[in-house]
Amino acid sequence: MADRTFKITPLIWAGFGAILFLLALIILPLMALLWRAETPAALGAADLAAVRFTLLQATLSAGISVALAVPVARALARRRFFGRGLLITLLGAPFILPVIVAVLGLLAVFGRGGIFSEMLGWIGLPPVHIYGLHGVVLAHVFFNLPLATRLILHGWLSIPAERFRLAASLGFGPRDVARVLEWPMLRSILPGAFMVIFLICMTSFAVALALGGGPKATTVELAIYQAFRFDFDLGRAALLAGVQFAMGAVAAGVMLWVSVPHAMGAGLDRTVERWDDAAGWLDALLLVVAALFLIVPLGMILIDGLPYVLSLPTSVYTAAGRSLVVALMSMALSTGLGLLLALLVVRLQRGAVLVETIGYVTLAASPLVIGAGLFILLFPVVDPVALALPITALVNAAMSLPFALRALVPAVREVEGTYGRLADSLAMNGWVRMKLVLWPRLRRPLGFSAGLAAALSMGDLGVIALFSDPDRATLPLQMYRLMSAYRMDQAAGAAVLLLGMSLFLFWIFDRGGRADADV
Amino acid sequence: MLTFDNMRITQGDFSLSADFTVQGGEILAVIGPSGGGKSTLLNVVAGFLEPTQGRVLWNDLDMAGMPPGERPVSILFQDNNLFPHLTVTQNVGLGLRPDLRLSAEQITQVDAALERVGLGGYGTRKPAALSGGQQSRVALARMLLRGNPLVLLDEPFAALGPALKGEMLELVSELMGESGATLMMVSHDPEDAKRIAGQTVLVAQGLAHAPVETGEIFKNPPEALRAYLGDMKSI
Repeated sequence: MADRTFKITPLIWAGFGAILFLLALIILPLMALLWRAETPAALGAADLAAVRFTLLQATLSAGISVALAVPVARALARRRFFGRGLLITLLGAPFILPVIVAVLGLLAVFGRGGIFSEMLGWIGLPPVHIYGLHGVVLAHVFFNLPLATRLILHGWLSIPAERFRLAASLGFGPRDVARVLEWPMLRSILPGAFMVIFLICMTSFAVALALGGGPKATTVELAIYQAFRFDFDLGRAALLAGVQFAMGAVAAGVMLWVSVPHAMGAGLDRTVERWDDAAGWLDALLLVVAALFLIVPLGMILIDGLPYVLSLPTSVYTAAGRSLVVALMSMALSTGLGLLLALLVVRLQRGAVLVETIGYVTLAASPLVIGAGLFILLFPVVDPVALALPITALVNAAMSLPFALRALVPAVREVEGTYGRLADSLAMNGWVRMKLVLWPRLRRPLGFSAGLAAALSMGDLGVIALFSDPDRATLPLQMYRLMSAYRMDQAAGAAVLLLGMSLFLFWIFDRGGRADADV
Repeated sequence: MLTFDNMRITQGDFSLSADFTVQGGEILAVIGPSGGGKSTLLNVVAGFLEPTQGRVLWNDLDMAGMPPGERPVSILFQDNNLFPHLTVTQNVGLGLRPDLRLSAEQITQVDAALERVGLGGYGTRKPAALSGGQQSRVALARMLLRGNPLVLLDEPFAALGPALKGEMLELVSELMGESGATLMMVSHDPEDAKRIAGQTVLVAQGLAHAPVETGEIFKNPPEALRAYLGDMKSI
């Protein structure tokens, strides 16, 4: 009830603490970089090229993903077939798929010696050039076509069935249905979908690291890495960090403005019943191609890697152990911060939007900027390399926080709305309320957030690359090293291990939240 | 004794005033058109809303600023009176200790309360395994254990069938008789009022009228009540 006086409980204090912590995590590293930049650097030609390339690849990736997703989503929306549910579930998988694993899979298909290039050879065509712009865009489309499809499918299914029935009774053809029903829906969904993907591709690092590089295919994020790691040119790193942050902030601002549709929504198992005829074979062909595009690279990894999973070098298994620890730390931090912020957002009467926005700002922040800044801040006090793993966990946690908030804020709001007054009337406050009301009612979203945070951290190849100490490598980094050394069999083995661990972490936490939960 | 001393609450366009006293041990029905402010009146007493002006007193205690859980008040809402993830024993035990650290003696008290409402042996079940009527009984058992001198019912039995609702009202009236508590009960149905309430408060057009003898008010309804009841001469 809005009229009750607002009481500052310890949990609220902790929520404000979490906000300060987040702000510090975003701002302090940036300031540290600027402070350590000795020469006031200016953007050179290479830096401008990096900015141009970043924007170009993000625009192409988002545009192609969304454009391809429209017909695929339409086919999924109107066709019912065996395995449809599985395909939709599969569309959610790339989200927790480690980037470096997918890159290896794409190399196995589209690389110089990949099966697709071989097939092109049969008809006398040269192999695909996977390194450079092509490869970066290809990998981004691989990751984001499924996301775009889910977003748009959600839009399709949100058109009430009655409308289609009305359209049929008025004798609409496919063209009329598209104009009157589908186009308005797409117009409201597509800008948001485009912007989400644009932002994801803009801050993407691992794809650019593995498939880009060189003066023609360097993203800003990759340039920061190179300035920091190879040249230790802090001035340039700081300047690029500022550029990256500004671009991220603008993109995030546009994204908030166009409002992003929900992708996590349930109920995608429905189909739209419609009466206007459309070519079935075309939909079938589309779905088969889209499914193959997703499945074949992963299948190739399994085929290439499974025989080697149990006979990898010891360094790979120790790296896997380190990754597991980092993933669990990140999971605890992300879920804890997410819960504190969600509680704060729901309790606050004024400023709730601001607090929630701060939680989402990490979407625009660059993990490499945070990592490099923390490195500089810690350098006078302690050897930052010794803290490589905790820093990685911390940055991973901040990066998965927006997803935790997306799951937790509505859930906390729901619990407080339904049981808040009952708990108030029984004097269940503070810790007791947390333990007896919120915790049991929030287990599902908490489990989901925890699983997501753990899986994302497990597969992340970002900050850890800055430190790149062989004794502190995580599994994704170790796998990248094997790839760079052209030990592709072992890399595929490590990829299978990494993939298995990521999926398992997500599954076990998500499942833990569902088990024994009373509705 | 519950006193509304020149109480007035304003929420946007809506406002509700009350200025009367309810004697201790009274069973009071609160009736009136929906949107008239019945629930608002109860929420002010329960502490979910604070009056904009005036006071609400229990005996000599001014309840201004007291959080809901600290008031001498038990309230049953229209729905969600039980936590679905807690067992019946735990839901009832919340009436004794909000942190559920129940002593052996308190568990015995919980069992006795369940026995009293006719649910002996149901302690280990979860609410989902109970019928609507049984869920209401669990909430009543908890109310019994809280032992607050003022009880508010915001139509908790509205979803039950007529026979079951009657049964619940009888049980409530018995429990009130045993504990001597004061009851304020919101209802849409004049029959509910006539069944157990000695006095009735009419809430309409932003005003909670002073309580009147229930038999009296239906025999000779004031204008506002007549408008609400419509052409129901037989009542």
